[in-house]
Amino acid sequence: MDFDKEYFNLGVLDTLSYKNTLIHRLDARTKVIATFAFIVTVVSFPKYEIAGLIPFFLFPAVIFSLGDIPFWFILKKVLVVSVFAVFIGIFNPLFDTHVMYDFLGIPVSGGWVSFFSILLKFFLTMCSALLLISTTSFPGICHALRKLGIPEIFISQLLFLYRYIFVLMEETLRMVRARDLRSFGKRGQGMSIFINLLGTLFIKTIERAERIYHAMLSRGFSGTIHFVKRDSLRKGDFLCLSITGVVLYIFRTYGIVSLIGKQAERMF
Amino acid sequence: MTHHIIDFKDVFFRYPDGTEALKGVSFRITHGESIGLVGANGAGKSTLLLQMNGYLLPSSGFINIGDLELTKKTRQDIRKKVGVVFQNPDDQLFMPTVYEDVAFGPLNLGMSAERVIDRVNSSLQTVGCLDLREKPPHHLSGGQKRAVAIATVLAMEPDILVMDEPSSDLDPKSRRYLMRLLKGFKHTKIIASHDLDFILEVCERCLVIKDGRIVADGTVSDILTNQSLLEENNLELPLSLQKTHIMDASAKGGLLPDPSHLHSDSINRETGMATAASETCGVMEGTLK
Amino acid sequence: MHMSDALLSPAVGATFWAGTLGTIAYCSKKMKENLDEKMIPLMGVTGAFIFAAQMVNFTIPGTGSSGHLGGGMILAIILGPYAAFIVMASVLTIQALFFADGGLLALGCNIWNLGIYPCFIGYPLIYKPIVQKGMSPKKILVASLLSVFVGLQLGAFSVVLETLFSGRSELPFGTFVLLMQPIHLAIGVVEGFITAGVINYVKAARPEILESIAEMRPLSSEIKVKKVVLALLAIAIIIGGIVSWFASSNPDGLEWSIERVYGKPELPEHETGIVALLRAVQERTAFLPDYTFKKKETLKEQETTGKEEVASAKGEEAPRSDANAWPNVEAGTSVSGILGSAMMLSLIFLIGYGIKAIKKKGAKRRNGISHPAG
Repeated sequence: MDFDKEYFNLGVLDTLSYKNTLIHRLDARTKVIATFAFIVTVVSFPKYEIAGLIPFFLFPAVIFSLGDIPFWFILKKVLVVSVFAVFIGIFNPLFDTHVMYDFLGIPVSGGWVSFFSILLKFFLTMCSALLLISTTSFPGICHALRKLGIPEIFISQLLFLYRYIFVLMEETLRMVRARDLRSFGKRGQGMSIFINLLGTLFIKTIERAERIYHAMLSRGFSGTIHFVKRDSLRKGDFLCLSITGVVLYIFRTYGIVSLIGKQAERMF
Repeated sequence: MTHHIIDFKDVFFRYPDGTEALKGVSFRITHGESIGLVGANGAGKSTLLLQMNGYLLPSSGFINIGDLELTKKTRQDIRKKVGVVFQNPDDQLFMPTVYEDVAFGPLNLGMSAERVIDRVNSSLQTVGCLDLREKPPHHLSGGQKRAVAIATVLAMEPDILVMDEPSSDLDPKSRRYLMRLLKGFKHTKIIASHDLDFILEVCERCLVIKDGRIVADGTVSDILTNQSLLEENNLELPLSLQKTHIMDASAKGGLLPDPSHLHSDSINRETGMATAASETCGVMEGTLK
Repeated sequence: MHMSDALLSPAVGATFWAGTLGTIAYCSKKMKENLDEKMIPLMGVTGAFIFAAQMVNFTIPGTGSSGHLGGGMILAIILGPYAAFIVMASVLTIQALFFADGGLLALGCNIWNLGIYPCFIGYPLIYKPIVQKGMSPKKILVASLLSVFVGLQLGAFSVVLETLFSGRSELPFGTFVLLMQPIHLAIGVVEGFITAGVINYVKAARPEILESIAEMRPLSSEIKVKKVVLALLAIAIIIGGIVSWFASSNPDGLEWSIERVYGKPELPEHETGIVALLRAVQERTAFLPDYTFKKKETLKEQETTGKEEVASAKGEEAPRSDANAWPNVEAGTSVSGILGSAMMLSLIFLIGYGIKAIKKKGAKRRNGISHPAG
């Protein structure tokens, strides 16, 4: 994808994460744990599962609407990254050709069933990751991870990385634009120029690191970053987490879809 | 009261690659003074500022700040007295939110959580950015970043404030705001800048540095009206003073002063314009892709 | 290539997360022991550099297509293995969140695949030894190419293994390997050249940079071959143990592994030993006092027999059902399944829209109060 577009997309998600809705106000730990639980539950379904996955769409639906997240934007992102999963998944119908079901007269092979299952799982898991970052600021996620036990050096790394991604992307953008303006067709976009670009960027990066270090020293830095302790678990968080857990369990354990379907069948 | 005195005595500094950046700098700054530091690029301004809080130590000579002589051992303490605001606020705002950036200094000083909160709030209040507390730095405008950068330093309640090009990249409104802000500070102030009008407004005394030496030390009104001194140092009269010249000239008969002394700058200006143009084109180019 | 959540099973995902977290903890400890404070901002901005660099594209000579940088090797060379692993992990974390690159469960696998091999095998076992005896640009190129190649091959192979053990994909091992390895060979060549190119560029332009960073590394960053081999053996044993534990306690994995061995989803009834015990446990826990369960059991029986009849009429073998999936969940592309899915989805849709409508009303009401008509 185009550098400009990637930078823009990054910015959109980042801005979304600072909104103020019911979902955004939940503690980051709640959302991280819930997202992981969701993903593990979805992925735990066996390979031919389709109907059992359907109820799980409730989660993204609720978060999209409560969190005011633009649906098509997220959908586009999911589509863009689907290449690998689709590429590997499409081999399933090729290798698994035994007929599993009769779909209104058409025989459906197991391969297609498992492929479709992969697609559903893909959509659900990717959505949940993107929804996590759209409803929780990245620093929030980092602090949640820290409180959940991840080592502080890694947390500092995440926070610094996040802080300077935007700065560096802008610097790189300027250099890339300058390169693209002075190159015609494919000439000028080659490897040696790329390497020069990276080399220059790297040197600038090191110089910047030097200045940042100086700024840190000037404000008394002596080896460890002290984090501001702000505890924010509330009743709402516990409630949310328990509801999520219960619903996930119910969806995973009981075939809601076939239940509904059979009742409907009986009625018609 | 010797607390807030800065004393440079014959300071020499040589970089590891051999460049002699400071060749015998001496001056004395007393409590509450506001000093402008001006000079050509490469004259040694930045090196001088880097000595102020001990990031660089003099190769020879003495620096006394407060009661302390600057050495490797004392520089941590000196940093509690001297707050440095750097030229590029992105280098200074390295925490994920404004709040955490301003709290960084106080937390390193070992303050309790409540005191930290107080300090952060009052510093942000002073620079008028209290509502930006929870924002990440990359969501701030240039002027806001600069203001917050100042707050990060104020939060440590230093006695001496050192600033490197504080008004660069600021829009006129933010610049005006910054001027007012600094004029209100009671700290000892040392401001290095090319923005001579800024220095004219904010400072009382002016040091001119050239080739690693202080070549002039006087009041702002003496130094910044001395056209020949300024021009020797690749500077010129503050624009606000120049305008009176232009107005006088046009009143006398319409001819503008001879711009040939600006000639060496005109080439820079041209390339500057070309870069700006290509960047604008770059924007258009980017969207066409 | 990044591993994807949809192709992963919880067992494999959890195993690799355990490995990754363990390594992060280990590297963090190592860095703490002897940290030059300057490393902290340096690691941060270097990570941002790699991140930005990964987004710049370039044309691959000869093919005309565009390529991207991976970066693990460059990081290891510049920052040393421990710091590099942490930086790589952080970059991949941001990508997993902001770009949905792979997924959050697969993140554990991806950090492992793209971090462990360059940092703890490529760099110490290949790059360093070659470069030890003199750092000419040519030597750096050779060292880069080889270490990147090995790192990428191992990483690609790991993806194959992770997919295989998860059992969601039907790709046979052989085919998958034949797909992955050559592609990563090509990627490796390009990345090797870029790695060497950047290192040589920096060495030529500002040699003191790399030296000063090298001085900042934790003292004990010398990794010995023996240590690495022993560690890998230990890890392999642990991974094997965890996966098989999961497989046996999770009947889903049980079904799969049984299938792989016997070719059928169900064991022959007379099996004894731990398998029978687990089976018994499974059957017992399936008897929860619940209407749905019993109902479904009987319905399923009807369905399987029904299908068998249909199948035998057609002369095909009876279709497998997901009967052994724990807990009992139907796969349902029968009519009730479709009907149920449609109704469920409509319900979910309605809930979503309903929430949005309520929010809009609430906002209108609030705006109405604060902006009186006029």
